[in-house]
Amino acid sequence: MNWPHRVVVTGLGAVTPLGHTAPTYWSRLVAGESGIAAPTQVDPDLLQGEVVAEVKDFEPTLHFGERQLPALDRVTQFAVVAAREALAVSGLNITDDLSEQTATIIGTGIGGSNTIDDSYKRLYGEGARRVYPLTVPKLMPNAPASQVTMMLGLRGPAFGVVSACSSATHAIGLAYQMVRSGIARAAVTGGAESCINVGTMKGWEAMRVMANDTCRPFSVDRRGLVIGEGAGVAVLERLEDAQARDAEILGEVVGFGMTADAADLTNPDVGGMSRAVAATLADAGLDAGGVDYINAHGTGTAANDKAETAALKVALGEYGGKIPVSSTKSMVGHALGAAGALEFVAAVMAVRDGVAPPNANYLGPDPECDLELILGDAREMPIRTAISNSFAFGGLNAVLAVGKAR
Amino acid sequence: MTEIADDVVAIIEKKVPGGGRKVSVTDRLEDLGLESVDFLEMVFDLEEKFDVQVPYNANTASEDFATVQDVVDAITRLVESDNA
Repeated sequence: MNWPHRVVVTGLGAVTPLGHTAPTYWSRLVAGESGIAAPTQVDPDLLQGEVVAEVKDFEPTLHFGERQLPALDRVTQFAVVAAREALAVSGLNITDDLSEQTATIIGTGIGGSNTIDDSYKRLYGEGARRVYPLTVPKLMPNAPASQVTMMLGLRGPAFGVVSACSSATHAIGLAYQMVRSGIARAAVTGGAESCINVGTMKGWEAMRVMANDTCRPFSVDRRGLVIGEGAGVAVLERLEDAQARDAEILGEVVGFGMTADAADLTNPDVGGMSRAVAATLADAGLDAGGVDYINAHGTGTAANDKAETAALKVALGEYGGKIPVSSTKSMVGHALGAAGALEFVAAVMAVRDGVAPPNANYLGPDPECDLELILGDAREMPIRTAISNSFAFGGLNAVLAVGKAR
Repeated sequence: MTEIADDVVAIIEKKVPGGGRKVSVTDRLEDLGLESVDFLEMVFDLEEKFDVQVPYNANTASEDFATVQDVVDAITRLVESDNA
């Protein structure tokens, strides 16, 4: 289909377990560093030994005023800090006209989970009779999107997107569709998550899928996923606008696909996953041979990694086992509703720099995960197009394709 | 059967899709048609019933909990170690 506009990325921002800016995050990913460790936001004695990927040394008062902070859950703080960075990098001047034509679409899996947890603790744990006055606007899942519009002065279409681990990928995909179709002139889009608190972690424990060593995507003896947190935000705009203002173009969004499994609640489905990858290639007008790097969903669970391997082989045919793959969750854990945004940032940077980050913590081959994994060091190679996969609990799948600026 | 085995079998019988099937300790859990969510609920019910913490990880569990007897043995060990 011929859309009126090509859509480019001119700004990226990230708050991650490997640093609080996109360039720091990217350089540490390429270096193969790990952001995974024992929890500090939750008393480890209350948990069963699982490790987490926390955003470390994040000082809210460096970013927000005393009067702003009572309205901002940590998830929203991450979203706003990443959005400010992305907008600053883009150099976009938000005039009155552009403000009304810029979409703000921010995904989250849960929303203000820390606020919910704090309120429950206060009410049921400490016997308090009331909760804080801004509890509701802090915990609502659209809080990250709403606060980004307010702090950045963006008055166009704006909303949150909720699809668990695919939230950010759906958000960026929708923003892409709005800009290419002409509905929006530009978009500030991504995802945020912060749920390393007792209530949510106990919920994850009860799913019985948590690793207590580290995240080992596609590896033999992998023990499950590692919960992460953070935010990633991108500025998308029309190619012609970016060229006219001489902006640095970091990459181009070239395709987006999404599907639902309509099958098991928590078990991944090869059919749903592979259809999402195929839909993305079709949207991009790409053959499988045109994909040079895959940033996998790669959670490190037994079920996901096996199903994702099979899905890539179905969708990409003979190229399925040949295209280099890594899961950056091996270094920053699974940031759930932010994961797709952190991985989109990685995909854009990989295409721009011609280097793909490694799949860390690998112990050895699992015959059911026989992909062309990037093991050891990051791999320098020309990358024309990368795809980034997100597959959510509830069977909701979303995949983005990113091309080199040209 | 021991008392623990009776209770374990009763909990598992409630999770078998369709219901009404008699479960024996020699049955394999996968043959009973338990799905991933049934497993999670079964482990939760066992922990609540026996007041133990079952070290069950879905990523590594298939060998540890193959048959109903495996579950009975695991619960028996956990109950005994709690009482020791």
